[in-house]
Parts: sequence; structure tokens; C-alpha cells
Amino acid sequence: MRFPLIRRGALRRVSAWRRHRLAGLAVVLVALTAIGGAYATLSPESAEADNSQSDLVEEGRQLFLVGCSSCHGLNGEGVLAGDTDRNYGPSLVGVGAAAVDFQVGTGRMPMAAPGPQAPQKKVVYTDEEIEALAAYVASLGPGPAIPDEEYTDISGLSQEELTEGGEFFRTNCTACHNSVGAGGALPSGRFAPSLHGVEPKHIYEAMLTGPQQMPVFSDAVITPEDKRAIIGYIKSVEEQPDHGGFSLGGFGPVSEGVVVFLVGMAALVAATIWITSHGSRVTNVSKRSSDREADR
Amino acid sequence: MSDQDRRDERPPGAGELEPRAEAPPPGDPIPDPGLPEEFPRPSDVDPALERRYERQVAGMFGLATLLTLGFCVAYFAVPEDQTLFGFDALNFTLGMTLGGALLLIGLGAVQWARQLMHNEEIDEHRHSIASSEEDRAAALAITTTSAAESGLGRRTMIRNSLFGALGVLGLPTVILLRDLGPLPTDESLRTTVWTKGMRVVNDVAGTPIRPEDLELGQLVNAEPAVLVPTGDPEQDEEIGVLHGVELLNAKAKAAVILVRIDPQEITPPAGREDWDVAGILCYSKICTHVGCPISLWEQQTHNVLCPCHQSTFDLADGGKVTFGPAHRPLPQLQLGVDAEGYLIAMGDFQEQVGPSYPELGRD
Repeated sequence: MRFPLIRRGALRRVSAWRRHRLAGLAVVLVALTAIGGAYATLSPESAEADNSQSDLVEEGRQLFLVGCSSCHGLNGEGVLAGDTDRNYGPSLVGVGAAAVDFQVGTGRMPMAAPGPQAPQKKVVYTDEEIEALAAYVASLGPGPAIPDEEYTDISGLSQEELTEGGEFFRTNCTACHNSVGAGGALPSGRFAPSLHGVEPKHIYEAMLTGPQQMPVFSDAVITPEDKRAIIGYIKSVEEQPDHGGFSLGGFGPVSEGVVVFLVGMAALVAATIWITSHGSRVTNVSKRSSDREADR
Repeated sequence: MSDQDRRDERPPGAGELEPRAEAPPPGDPIPDPGLPEEFPRPSDVDPALERRYERQVAGMFGLATLLTLGFCVAYFAVPEDQTLFGFDALNFTLGMTLGGALLLIGLGAVQWARQLMHNEEIDEHRHSIASSEEDRAAALAITTTSAAESGLGRRTMIRNSLFGALGVLGLPTVILLRDLGPLPTDESLRTTVWTKGMRVVNDVAGTPIRPEDLELGQLVNAEPAVLVPTGDPEQDEEIGVLHGVELLNAKAKAAVILVRIDPQEITPPAGREDWDVAGILCYSKICTHVGCPISLWEQQTHNVLCPCHQSTFDLADGGKVTFGPAHRPLPQLQLGVDAEGYLIAMGDFQEQVGPSYPELGRD
């Protein structure tokens, strides 16, 4: 092969370098630099995403150490109460981001005090902080992720889907949450909370993760489409006006019976007292004696 | 001599509370105080007040008329899907107008009686309920005469055929009530549609279930495959899905719940060690107390509760009753997996499902 534009002397010099004993090392270094540079240039986004994800996990870990680790352990492994099976806080390995988003996003966690059940209360973390906490807990082990917005956006459900959602709701949910989602009592001070005013995302996450005593309803059995229909039904029931007057919490015969007995009975007693009361009289004129005067 | 007469005999001007002149009968140490003195109402003595009450009562009746007319107007005028103060506008206006009209008619009537109608207290005394001797004798005479004149005793053919016609009238009742039966047989009470190899499917959706679909702490309200139509007639035919009354009767006994519990926490009764599939247990959904459907499951305590009377069953402990009026454990169904990996029943329930009754178990 000939290189007409390159002088023979120069070619000879390159050939001499090629045979230098450090040439191999130099070529490898140049190649590695080129590949690394090309990778960094061609895929900047994924590299940045990885960094931000690990930043998020680290941010979540810092929040976790301050707000959660006293009960759930420094690495989310849970804290046992002495040598018993009971714990101060369960292990969070494998609970997934969905569980964190539900528990922290509804204010149930961090728990204010030990009790039969963590009640819903004011949310103490911002959305960004919850996202970071969820990312950290999700990094501890594989678990359910925060549901896709496609399944928590309940707008545009057809009447047929709502009806089917109602069937699923009555079969799976009403035993604890009541036929209109008003909630109900459980043993030992626990309760199934009311579903009114709960965000669709949180209802979905509760079904997915089974918080506290609630059973899990996995996506494999109750599909994401079914879950969306159930949430849509709950919201449609919530939006209905009270066709029968005061709903009295929707607890059925208990609250209605109490009100009918106390208010209804009181009204009947008051009416009876009014009807049979003697009423005011003019005492300075005796009717009977005046009648007698007239008779005479 | 009645009390009324006695009171009238008292000298005029004598105090009403003065004891009777005669000695009280033995055993009645408290003298009869008589009636208290009666005074007129303000409306009896003040004509202006009387007119005011008259206007008041007439006003109530007038308003009731308007409200009733308002009801008629509202029935047509108020649209169905409108709300008023957070209530359904139609129901609210209909209830308020008709209820208000009835209330005002009642209030007006009571006010009329209390303030304007003639007002004098009287006392009436109880008397024997039986009619007088003369009335009774007359009634008996009429009955005897009628019986003789109708010839009921003489024309026996008419009488007997009438009795026959009236007697047969009882038959339709018997025939209609017959459909309440037949009495359930031991066979119909003891067995359900579960058979070996029948798939356990998700209620409502009808989809078969794989063990890996269930996570720890999961609850599935399930049915035998023959009780949930899939929506595809050919597939229904293949499975043998039941219809109509047959389906409802079968469903009343065959509904089940699946739960998945950590196998380490399960203490199966003797002989049921292999009734679960990887911690998935299947129990009847019908409470053994009076037969309410139960699926109120606490995943951490493994207890299922009946909402009717708070019977509580520990599903990790063979469905044992831990609280409440039920006294039979919840019947368990043995689970298996078929060749395609779906959960199936390994046979029917071994105990009777459904509510308990005194004859149960007295063979």
C-alpha cells in the first residue's frame, strides 16, 4: 500500500513507534478514553437519571434516619420488642414505594403514639419528601410501585364499568368499609376507615399493599382496570346527593334507629303533652259556679 | 246512685275539695276528693282572643291547602337530578310540602279543640259490656226464626253441598303453600357443588386463580367455577355454569374465601396438614351461626369476623371459633393445583356448610 502524500521517512517513524514496548498500553488508554468519552456524550440523560435516583434514595435515607428509624430500624429492618415476636415497627424490606406513599401520604406514618391502629392525620412530609422516602424504601427490596396514573384517573368511566366496579366493591369491600364506604368497627379498638375524601391513588395503594389489618387485593386477582372501576364507583357513590334526606353517616339502622328513637319519640311525647295539657285558665271566674248561677 | 248525682246534691258554695259527708267505705281510708274546680279559658271570656284563635286555626288549614297544591306543582315542576341544600330537590320539596300540610292540619285541629271547641270536663263511668237482657232475648229469637225459615235444617242437600263448597276453598291455600316445600333433605344440606378438580374462581370476574397471584395477607372472595358466568356462552357450556334458581341455591352454600397466610403461622388440625397450597387456605364464606356471608378478614390476626353477631373464626387455626355465638368451626375446603397451575378443590366440604340448627349432628 502506498501513501503518496506522506513522506517515506515519516512512515518509517510511525512504524518505529508501533514497535515501542509501551505502544500497547498507549493504544488501550486512548481507546478507553474514547469509549468513555463517547458513552458520556451519547447517553448523558441516563447517566444524569442514575445520579438523581441515587440522590433521591440518599435524600430518602436521610429523612428515614431522622423520622422513621427509631421504630423501623436504621436500615428499615424493623425493631423487635425484646425477645418477642412483637415489634415496635415492622421490617420495611419489600413493602415497596406504594406502601410508603399510602402510609406517609395519608398521614398515618409517622405514627404519633402506639395504639391499636395508625389513624389518618395531618400529612407531615411534602410530596417531594414522600417521593424520596418511597424511593429509599423501594431500594430495600422489590415491592409494589406507586400505581400508574392511568389507573388512578377515574374520569371517563362508562356506566357499565361503574356498575361492575360496584359489584366488585360489594363483594370485596363492603364487609368492612360499609355499603357506601362510610367505614365500620373492628375488634379491639380497630376500625375500617371511611373511604370518603380519600384520593384515588391512596385507595389503589391500600388495595395493593394491604395496610395494617386490611387484606391485600393483588393486581393479579383484582386487575388494575377492576381497581379503577372500584375507585370510580366509590367516588360516584360519594358524589350522589342524599336522596333519602340526612344520611346520618350512612351507618344504616344503628344511627337511623338512634335518631328515630330519640328525636321521634321525643316529638311524640312532646305532642302528647301539648295535646293533653290543661292550658291557661282565668282563675278569677269560676266556670262551674257561674254555670250554676245561670242554671238557677 | 252515681257520683255525678252525689256531687250535684252537695250544697251550693261548698268547696270542691271538702270531704264527703258520709263515712268512707272500709278499706278506703282516703276520702274521694271529687273534681277540682274548673275555670274558663282565656278565649272563653275574651272575644278578641277567640277571634284571634279562629284566624290562627283557619290560617293553618289555609296554609295546609297551599302546601298540598305546592306538592302537586312540585311533582311536575322540580327536575329529577337537582339538589337543594345538599338534598335531592324533588324528594325534599315533595316531603316538605305534603309533610307540612299534614302537620298543619293536625296542629290546626288540636288548636281548634284546645282553644275554641266547647270545653267542659265530665266524668263517665264504666258499665257492663253485655247488652241488656231484652236485647239478648230479641237477638236469640231472630237467629232461631231465621234458621227455621231458611230451612237449613230441613234442606240437607243444599246445606251439605254448601259445606262441601266452603270446605274445598281450603285446597287452593294448601296448593299455594306447598311451594314453600319440599323440606330440605340431608343430601341437599350436606353437599355443595364443589367437586374434585373444580376450579376456584374470583367472584364477579370469574377468572381462575393461580397460587402465585396471591400475596401474603391476601383475601379473595371466590366461587366454584360453575357459579360465575364468564360472559362467553361456549365457555359457560364447557364449564357447565348453572343458571337461575339452581345457581342461586348452589351459591348460597358454595361461596368461599381464599386467604394467604405465612405457612409458619398456620397450625392445621390433625389430618388437614396438606389442605393448603403454599399457605393459601380456603374456607366457607357462610357463617356457621345463622348463615351470614363473612369476609371481614383481619390479615394480621388471621381472624374473620361475622358482621351480624360478631362470631370470630381463626383461619390460621382450622377456622376455630374464638369469639361470638357460633359454635362450629368454619368448614374448610381442601385445595390443590391442576395441570395448568390453577387452584382447584380437592373435593366437597367434609362438614356441613351454612347455619347450625338443633338437629345438626344428631345422627
